[in-house]
Order: sequence, then C-alpha cells, then structure tokens
Amino acid sequence: MQPETTFARIPDAALTETDPPLLHPDYVGTRLRAPKEPLVLLPSSLSELTGPVFGNGPLRETDADLTRQHAGEPLGERIVVTGRVLGSDGKPLDGQLVEIWQANAAGRYRHAVDTHDAPLDPNFAGWGRCLTDDDGTYRFTTVLPGAYPWGNHPNAWRPKHIHFSLFGRAFPERLVTQMYFPGDPLFPFDPIFNSIRDERARQRLVSRFELELTQSDWALGFRFDIVLGGREATPLEEPHDD
Amino acid sequence: MTELALTPSQTSGPYLEIGLIGGPISDHLVDQSDPRAIRISGVLLDGAGDPVPDGMIEIWQANAAGRYAHPADDREEIPVEEGFTGFGRSATDGTGRFAFVTVKPGRVPWVDGRLQAPHLLVGVFARGLMKRVATRMYFPDEEATNAEDPVLVGLESDERATLVARADDGALRFDIVLQGRGQTTFFAV
Repeated sequence: MQPETTFARIPDAALTETDPPLLHPDYVGTRLRAPKEPLVLLPSSLSELTGPVFGNGPLRETDADLTRQHAGEPLGERIVVTGRVLGSDGKPLDGQLVEIWQANAAGRYRHAVDTHDAPLDPNFAGWGRCLTDDDGTYRFTTVLPGAYPWGNHPNAWRPKHIHFSLFGRAFPERLVTQMYFPGDPLFPFDPIFNSIRDERARQRLVSRFELELTQSDWALGFRFDIVLGGREATPLEEPHDD
Repeated sequence: MTELALTPSQTSGPYLEIGLIGGPISDHLVDQSDPRAIRISGVLLDGAGDPVPDGMIEIWQANAAGRYAHPADDREEIPVEEGFTGFGRSATDGTGRFAFVTVKPGRVPWVDGRLQAPHLLVGVFARGLMKRVATRMYFPDEEATNAEDPVLVGLESDERATLVARADDGALRFDIVLQGRGQTTFFAV
C-alpha cells in the first residue's frame, strides 16, 4: 500500500547546527547505535505540543545538595552550580524538573559498570534534583567531579562534567546534556565534546566561574544557563482546515 | 524578538541510572491493580542485533479518555485524571529490556482535526546516542483506527510496521531497533 500522504525525510546530518550528529565515529559508541535512516519530519500535533509537567513534585531539600545526602560530607572541592532555564524566546521556565548526575571528586561513578581504579566516596551518591523557581533558576550544591579515563581510544579521558536532564514546555524540548568547567585541558581530546561541530555551540556547554556566586569560606560558584526549544527549527507543514 | 541559541545535546552516557532512575518518575504510570492496566515491554537493540543494556526509554501519552495532562490541552469536555501524569521512564536492564505499566490512551486530534489512533510518544537515550531519538508506539488491536491514523498512513508499510506493538501473552511487546535491518522509524519532532 502506498502512503496516503508523505512526510519529508531529513537526514540527521542536516540537523546538526546545534546538536551533534547521531553518527560521530570518533566516539566509538555511536557506530552501532546511531540510527542511519533519515528522520521522518512530523508536524506538531497535540501530542508534540504537550509534555510532562512536574509542578511541585515530591522533592526534598537535600535532593539539590549533593553534599548533605549522607552522614558525613563528601571529599572534594565544594561548588555551587546555578543558572536559569529559559525558552528560546528568552522566557524563564519555572517549575522545571532539573536532574543531574556526576562522578565523585576522584572521577568515579557510583555504578556497577564503572570499574575505574579510583575510590568510591561513602558520602557521595552523585545525583541531584530540583525544580526551577519563578525566575527559571535552579541551584545545586555539590563537589567538583574528577576527570576519568574511558575505553574509547588509548589514553582517553573525559573532561570534568556534570550530566543534566531537562524537559522544557513540550515533548520536543526534552534535553539531556553535559555541563563542563572552564579551561579544561582535556577539551581538545574529547570526542563527545567535539561532536558538536560549531565552536560557539560547544562553548554554550562550558559553565562560567563567577566570584559573585562563590561563597566566602565555603564554595566556588559556577553559572550554567540552559536554553530549551524545538530541536527542529523549521515548521514544514501548516495545519489546514478541510 | 531575539531568539536565544539552544543548549546542545550530549550523550546520557552509561551511568544515566544514577540521576534518572529512582526519583519521582517511574515505569508505572498506573498501579498494577488498576483494572485498565496494560503492560508494555520490549528490548532495545543495536545495529549488530545486540541488546543495549545501558539505555533508557521514556513515554508520553494522553490518559484513557484522550486528554494530555498539560495546559496546552485545554479541551475541557474531556476529563483529566487526578494522579495520571502521562509520563514514564524505564532503564533497560542487562538484557536490554524495558517495561511499563500504563493504560491505553484515548484518541487525540491531529493538526487538521482528524483523530489519531491511540499512541505513545517514545524517547530513547543511551550511551552512544548523541541525542534523544523519538518514535511512536501504536496498538495492535486498533486495526481500524491505525488504518486512518494520519501519521501511519503517511509512512511506507515497512516503516509503519516498526511502530505497531504486538500482542504477547496478555502484554504488548515493542522492540526498538536503533540501526540496521528493521530499524525503528524515528521522527524529527
């Protein structure tokens, strides 16, 4: 049976102005996992104009303070990571669930698959959650994650990073990404960071050190603002009235 | 109006469970004891046909009456359902398997007002996926509505086949193939 209507097909490579391409062979993990068929471009129906709403979900205060989730304090440099979640129109997004996860100060994740020979920290689980306030602001207290080796190529090391998960206002705006720290010497060697082709886009993942956020005698402060929007900028089909 | 540049995507990596599983979002959108409960499970597969043990699947759906729990769905004549968020997530296990307990969603309109067949939006994350990929799952016992669904009728039959779950011993089975023969149809949304 022939299709009754047809949708445009776009190769993933055409959608990489901001995001990395699905297939980036330098990152070996993409080779067998990147879909290779062109994507089917769908107009946004009500299904795509909606998405999960979290309101005031059941979060605890310590969910946003990764240094206070255990009996003792984790080792490492204490840091504050904060910023605003904005729509591409500049509107602050309030009530947004922000989820993070990261390695400990030694560069080790508390996960069965992580076998890096660095110590676990009994006082650090490495996850955090919070909701943005009316101004779109989120805020976490944590420790600076360590760099760690991975098996992608000989002597491969990931730059220090914190994983971020965000939702936006509707299903297409969902984003999982990584926040980096300024001046990391590993940037030129990391295929994941460099999978983003545009230098300016890459720099949008690098947090800024700010003395104003730094709390005297307590914690260094880093700012990371996040902008969410539809990943496909061009609307290709207008609703019609028949 | 100034358009702000979007924040780029990066892979979730292999440790996404630390941050994304065990929190307020569950793989049970309703309780198993709900008489309407259905079970959907599947395996996430890579281009070699091997299971992906470090992935995560998310679903977004309307409630059983066909209303989304979101302010953009303002069709007051259709009831919202207290406690039903319409959103769930399931990490894949060591065998690449994910599973949800939910209800079959009602039909919701397409951009031109025609009704879509009951469907879930599905998002896939994993180590090696640079960004989320998105697909849809349809129901095998909805032959008549599937035959008039505006998305399904716009696809080739082999593409369409990858989007319809199959009945499997009282549950629904929906495997997701990331690459190669039988690749699931993914959408730019």
